[in-house]
Parts: sequence; C-alpha cells; structure tokens
Amino acid sequence: MIRVRLPYQLTKLAKTSDEVELDVEPPVTLRRILDALEKEYPPLRGTTRDYLTGRRRAMVRFFACGQDLSDVDMDTPLPQDVAEGREPLRIVGAIAGG
Amino acid sequence: MGKVRLLVGTQKGAFVFTSDNRKDWKIDGPHFAGWEIYHAKGSPADPDWIYLSQSTGWFGQQVQRSTDGGKTWETVGNEFPYEGDPGTHKWYDGSPHPWEFKRVWHLEPSLDNPEVVYAGVEDAALFKSEDGGKSWYELPGLRNHGSGNDWQPGAGGMCLHTILMDPQNHDRMWVAISAAGVFRTEDGGKTWKPVNKGLHSDFMPEPEAEVGHCVHRIDAHPTRPDTLYMQKHYDIMRSDDGGDTWYEVSGNLPSDFGFPIAVHAHEPETIYVIPIESDSLHYVAEGRLRVYRSRTGGNEWEALTNGLPQEHCYVNVLRDAMAVDQLDPCGLYFGTTGGQVYASADSGDSWQAIASNLPKVLSVEVQTLD
Repeated sequence: MIRVRLPYQLTKLAKTSDEVELDVEPPVTLRRILDALEKEYPPLRGTTRDYLTGRRRAMVRFFACGQDLSDVDMDTPLPQDVAEGREPLRIVGAIAGG
Repeated sequence: MGKVRLLVGTQKGAFVFTSDNRKDWKIDGPHFAGWEIYHAKGSPADPDWIYLSQSTGWFGQQVQRSTDGGKTWETVGNEFPYEGDPGTHKWYDGSPHPWEFKRVWHLEPSLDNPEVVYAGVEDAALFKSEDGGKSWYELPGLRNHGSGNDWQPGAGGMCLHTILMDPQNHDRMWVAISAAGVFRTEDGGKTWKPVNKGLHSDFMPEPEAEVGHCVHRIDAHPTRPDTLYMQKHYDIMRSDDGGDTWYEVSGNLPSDFGFPIAVHAHEPETIYVIPIESDSLHYVAEGRLRVYRSRTGGNEWEALTNGLPQEHCYVNVLRDAMAVDQLDPCGLYFGTTGGQVYASADSGDSWQAIASNLPKVLSVEVQTLD
C-alpha cells in the first residue's frame, strides 16, 4: 500500500486521519497516486491539482524521501521507498503569507 | 419572539448562530475551520437546505450543502467550467487577461426549489445547479452578451457578487459585477443586457459608459421588484424601472462609499447602508460605526448608533455581510472585518454585539425559521 500524508485542511475535508493508505498499481507516479486519492476521497478532487488541466495547484507541494517532487513530471515513477510504502508521499500546503 | 438562524462566513471558517428571541444566542462553529467562507445561504423553499462556499488559495474551491439546517454538511460539486473558450477580459492595466475561475463569491438558492441554486463566481460568471449543487453549468449569455471582454477587476477581484431574483417573475433576475455593473435577464438567464444608465464613475475614461462601473451591492423589496437600491463604489443609487435608469439618493450621508445595502423586510422605502470613509481608507466614516437608515427611499438619512462603538472604530463591513430577517419588528444583522457581529431586533434603533472576536467576517445571512 502507498502511504500519503495530508495537510490539516485536507484531512478535515476528507474526514480522515493525516495519513491514508492507497492501493496503487505500479509504476507508482504522482498522477496515479492523486487519481487513487481522489477516487477514495472524492471531496479532494480539485484540491491538489486543477480539475481541468491536471496541473499542480500553485501553493501545493509534494515531498518524499527528503526530495521535493513538486515539479517532477506527473508520470515519472516515484522513489522505490514510496512505491513500496516505506516512506509516505507528503502533500504540503506551501508556507505563504506573513 | 421568533426563531432565527444566522449564517456567518469568516476568513477562517463558518459559524451558525441561533436564537429563539433575538437576545440570547447559541453559536456553533467554526465549521470548515481555516477555510475562507465567502458566503452561505439557506433556501427560501426549505430552510434546512443551506449552501456554503468554502475556498482557500492553497486548495481551491469547495461547495458544501446541508439538508438539516447546518448540523451536517456534504461536499458537493466544485467544478465550474466556463462554456467554451472564455477568452480574455481586461486586467488592471487594461491589457487582455485570460478568464480564470478563482472562487465562488455568492450562492443564491432559487425561490421555489431547494435543489436549484445559482453561483456568482470570480472571474465573473453566473453558474446554475439543478441537482442540489452536485454539478454546475454556466449561463454563458451573461459573459458573452457583448461587453465581457471589457470587464475589469475591482480591488477585490472581478467578481459576480450579487444575484437578485424577482419573486413576481421568476424569469427576471439581476446580477452585479465589480467592476462591470448591473445586468438583467428577462428569460431566466439565457440573454442579458447591461442596465447602468445614470451611473457616473469618475475613475472611468468615460464616466457614464454603459459598462465598467464598480457596483458593490444591489437589493430590492420583494413586493416592489422594479425599485432597486444600489451601493456603488461611491454613490447610493436608486432605480424605479427595474434598472433601466438610476438616480442618486446619497443625500446627507457622511460618506457615500460603502459596501452593503439592505431593504427593511416590511417597509419597501426603508433602506440601510454603512458609510465607509473612502476607497483608500476601508474603515467606517469618522471612526464611528454607524448604520444609516432612510425611511424615504434615500436622500434623507439618520444615523443609528445605539449599541455601536462611536470612537476609535476602524472596521469595514463587506458587501455580503448585512442581512434582514422577516420578523416584526424587522431584525438587522451585520458582521465586521474586526470579527464582530451586531444584531438589532428593532429595525436598527438599538444594537447588540452578539459576537466580538470572530475572524474577519465575510458574509452574514439570516433565516427566519418561525
């Protein structure tokens, strides 16, 4: 199972805990994880990526295994530790404002 | 006596206030803590049905719906696709700028069916749902009526913020857009025309142009739908012909800048505004929080101050943050950018702070429950 850490606002919206587990077919990519996340938690549709263009929302970032994966192509396989559930993919609301 | 429910949207969540006597209040919330609640409004056809706009700059737009008076909520549709290629509108500097959905400013449930609801959005367009908010489609005749490419954002964004329905003719409605003006449909939203004759805006290259005015809010009494009242960027305006022509009724106000305007529930010629110092000083005029009431449909105004702070007050009251109930005497409610919510159970003669330390209040609506 893939592990995904959600920011506070999205845990409330999805009515779930801050870490969720998802069944994702390999190769495990950002697109496949987000597809599975939105299928399991429909209220999250459109919250991390634009529902029309599929582009990451400007103030959402993706991290895993100490790497910033925010600008990785959506179809690039993610690190093996994410794919095998040893490390979570972290969805983070960017720090912004004062 | 009489039970009312206030729906208060703030910058950090929604609050539901209830009272059986308009003196003692129970406050429930925050709902959707941390999210901006631009607006929440109940259905006139079934007060248990409430729609709520929830958004943040981080995670975008959500729409929530309650069918039990705000006790529980369901996330419904959040996709607002413009019909066709939306093209461009004018940016602040006059250059073309792509039309992009940003958020829902206002939700207006229909008068007779709780599953039918309209949404006014930024960038300005009107959407409709006929399935209780699950799916939305644009009424593109508004954006495409001819002047859309010339619309320009106000300081708060290019928003469709007011949706006003004619209770006597359900095919007729008005919307107001900052900064474009007022538009009217006579055929249920298929076709629209600008109705801004008589408005004068000094900031515009042509101050009396048909489109481009920064209208902040319009309202009407349900029994007199041809009489419309407007708080413009500057000027209080009135129309007696459904918006075809407007004339100024600012009269003796200390400032004719402001955001909300409201009509008394039982007196069609009694209206309320809250003067703000200016467009560069978005706080109440002279540091005094005063609601101004006109019992003559404008021009002659009296300050209502009993229970409101009269010194060192520097809050604003936003366009969707004032509402009237249907009880007798009529109740009024408004919320401030300082997080206070004030209520009057006597048509504005006296006021009580029913909350003092909420986040910045973005919207206030009231439901009269019995």
